[in-house]
Amino acid sequence: MIKYSLQRIFYMILVFFIIMLMCFVLIRMLPLPVLPPDDPHTQVVEMRREAMGYNEPYLVQFGLFIRNIFTHFDWGVSDKLYFGQEVWEVFKEKLPATVIVNLYSILLSIPIGIFLGMLAALKKNTWVDYTISTLVMAVISVPSFVYAFLIQYFFCFRLQWFPFVMESGTDYFSPEMLRSLVPPVLALSFGVIAGFTRTTRAELAEVLDSDYMLLAKIKGLTVFQATIRHGLRNCFVVIVPQIFGEFLGILSGSLIIEKIFAIPGVGALTLNAINGPDYNVFMLSTAFYTAIGLAAGLVVDLSYGFLDPRIRMGAKE
Amino acid sequence: MSQNPKFLFVHDETRRVDEALSTKPRSYFGDALYAFRQNRSSVAAAWILLFLILFATFAPILSPYSIKDQDRIYTNYPSFLPFCGAKGWTFLGGTKTYDSQNDASMLFWQGIAQETGMDPVIKKIHTYETAGRRRGEEVVRYSYDIEVNAYYAVGNIYQVFSYKEFERLQEWQNETGIQVVYPYVHASDIEDIKNNPNLWYKVTEKGVADLDEEGRFIPVYATNKEDEGAAYDSLRIPGDDGSYIYSIKKSGAVQCRINYYNYYRYKNGHEPMYLFGTSLMGMDLFCAIGMGARFSLLFALLVAGINMVIGILYGSLQGYYGGAVDMTLDRICDILSGVPFVVVATLFQLHLSQKVGVVPSFLFAFVLTGWIGVAALTRKQFYRFKGMEYVLAARALGASDRRLMFAHILPNAAGTLVTSCALIIPAVISQETALSYLGIVDLSSFTGTTLGTLLSQGNASATTAPNSILWPSIFLGLLMISFNLFGNGLRDAFNPTTRGTGN
Repeated sequence: MIKYSLQRIFYMILVFFIIMLMCFVLIRMLPLPVLPPDDPHTQVVEMRREAMGYNEPYLVQFGLFIRNIFTHFDWGVSDKLYFGQEVWEVFKEKLPATVIVNLYSILLSIPIGIFLGMLAALKKNTWVDYTISTLVMAVISVPSFVYAFLIQYFFCFRLQWFPFVMESGTDYFSPEMLRSLVPPVLALSFGVIAGFTRTTRAELAEVLDSDYMLLAKIKGLTVFQATIRHGLRNCFVVIVPQIFGEFLGILSGSLIIEKIFAIPGVGALTLNAINGPDYNVFMLSTAFYTAIGLAAGLVVDLSYGFLDPRIRMGAKE
Repeated sequence: MSQNPKFLFVHDETRRVDEALSTKPRSYFGDALYAFRQNRSSVAAAWILLFLILFATFAPILSPYSIKDQDRIYTNYPSFLPFCGAKGWTFLGGTKTYDSQNDASMLFWQGIAQETGMDPVIKKIHTYETAGRRRGEEVVRYSYDIEVNAYYAVGNIYQVFSYKEFERLQEWQNETGIQVVYPYVHASDIEDIKNNPNLWYKVTEKGVADLDEEGRFIPVYATNKEDEGAAYDSLRIPGDDGSYIYSIKKSGAVQCRINYYNYYRYKNGHEPMYLFGTSLMGMDLFCAIGMGARFSLLFALLVAGINMVIGILYGSLQGYYGGAVDMTLDRICDILSGVPFVVVATLFQLHLSQKVGVVPSFLFAFVLTGWIGVAALTRKQFYRFKGMEYVLAARALGASDRRLMFAHILPNAAGTLVTSCALIIPAVISQETALSYLGIVDLSSFTGTTLGTLLSQGNASATTAPNSILWPSIFLGLLMISFNLFGNGLRDAFNPTTRGTGN
């Protein structure tokens, strides 16, 4: 198992570097943004560009880029958006907002999703199940920004329960901030809840029919006890990887939500970098999203093996 | 042969043969269709989908506007049909709600109604009474929440015309008998208020109507002929003894006070007709949604088609040859699928949109990674079928690799692949909308507008004009739900293992 995991991790890093190389070359091939002529930072940025090897062949540039990252974690200097600032410093400031929103959203989604899924599975083929399944289908289909609009219109504008956009500042646990985070978290959660509900329902409905559930009930456990202790535990083999996957997945999928609710996160940074254009920032967020995507796939695959010995890949030996 | 009375041979004389099959044989696709029909929600989704597609096809044709008609005043306006407006209905009457209007603002609305003959106030929803003291006396003040016909509420605007255009306008007035030009009012007569063309009566310094003893407006129309910009020989408003002037000089042109609603009729040949209201750019939303949806659907179909072809070819090679070929091709898939889609779309946009155009470069972005799912599906089907005896038999008969791949193995995967196509389309539409919403891809030069652009414009003004975001959202939501339900229904219908399981 460890060998298999290491293999996978090594392979992931390899893929990551190949993708980075491709994106790097494509980004460096773009014409550079023109620097403001009489800004004191211009000279600095030009010197930095010289040091980054902008005049060398692309492969050499990439080598320099990688070396800078490995030796002193230097991702270059922003030359448009945050003129003259270290890209990594800017990125570091933006990261907490994104992570916080996604964390809240996943924490909200897990209990609700699993509860709804259990309800649907236990009441299989009744109106409860049909209602939940239909809602799940509808919610999964509709893109998350449509809910964002609905939430913003009804909760923020009509009822005025929440502010329109996220509070500014970095105090992520103050009451005002928490209140302003409700709309984006809700908007993000809908899809995730629906995903969890669907998985839980499908898995649990299968598990509930199995013989050991019958045995558990014969032993005298109530339906509730049997479902929680035996049924749900088996479902977690599928649900837990999904939790990891969803967490990492929405980290990269909240671009639109971040724009709608003006969350000063990585998504907003990426969009600004694209529209800037600020290629060093864009390069870093590309690396971020690529890493997230690859890590999500890896974590999902590996956690299956850790959770369930039956599907352990490296267990052949 | 003696007859036993207790027993009778039923089939003694008749000839017994097998009955010919009277029912029609059902083909694979016919069977799938039958299974699909059993799934009520999918059938409903299919009908809704058909309706939406018909909407996308015909809405731009049915709308009196084209995507290029962008009105400069009627932007983000509510739904309006002339008939409903004239009847004073709330429904489709261009209704906007105005809160806490006091008597002074009610007078303003009344002024518009009296001058133009079109009453903007549809009805009072609430009347509030507040008692207060003013100069030592008890006074009761009223304020109202009212519903206003936004199209009538524009009233008059200032507009500069060339002499020729002004003459044409007068001719049109004479022909139709519709008053567009109203007598000019000098700002000096209305307390130097320059930005309110709807004041035609004496006002106080605060811009509130100053009524005479009988509670009527006192007109202050300009009468000095020396100021007149061009000769006016057309309709005059009631109460005009011929002394009012209808335009003033304005550097080689004339400036007039015109009723915008009637001017709109002059310009467009019909009254405003906006079933869904207008967008931020003043487009007819009914037409704009149709155009956006047309593009989305066609684009998604194209993407799905190209991805199917590439995916099938790629997956066939992978699945059929297996081994090292499979391994190598799989690694390429891994790398391509690792690149985030936003990055792909952005890079293609930055590199190619100048050279080959926005839409082709956008298409390339979708094609670059889109086929991977189809390839995986094809590969799986190939692994399932390539070891079967009939394939071995065909090989023994000397069939070439190509023939084995595409004539013997691939048809088995046809159902699955076709249905997966139905699920690619909504995914493409969703991504396309998201990217154009974010403004990463600007397709408006090609299609006029897209659903994503409409959504982002609507989002900017969601509080003042909810309908501008409501309709595109509803359309997109319905499209997504029905496409997915339809796709799922198809997938289940074509997949024999899920058949008859109930849901």
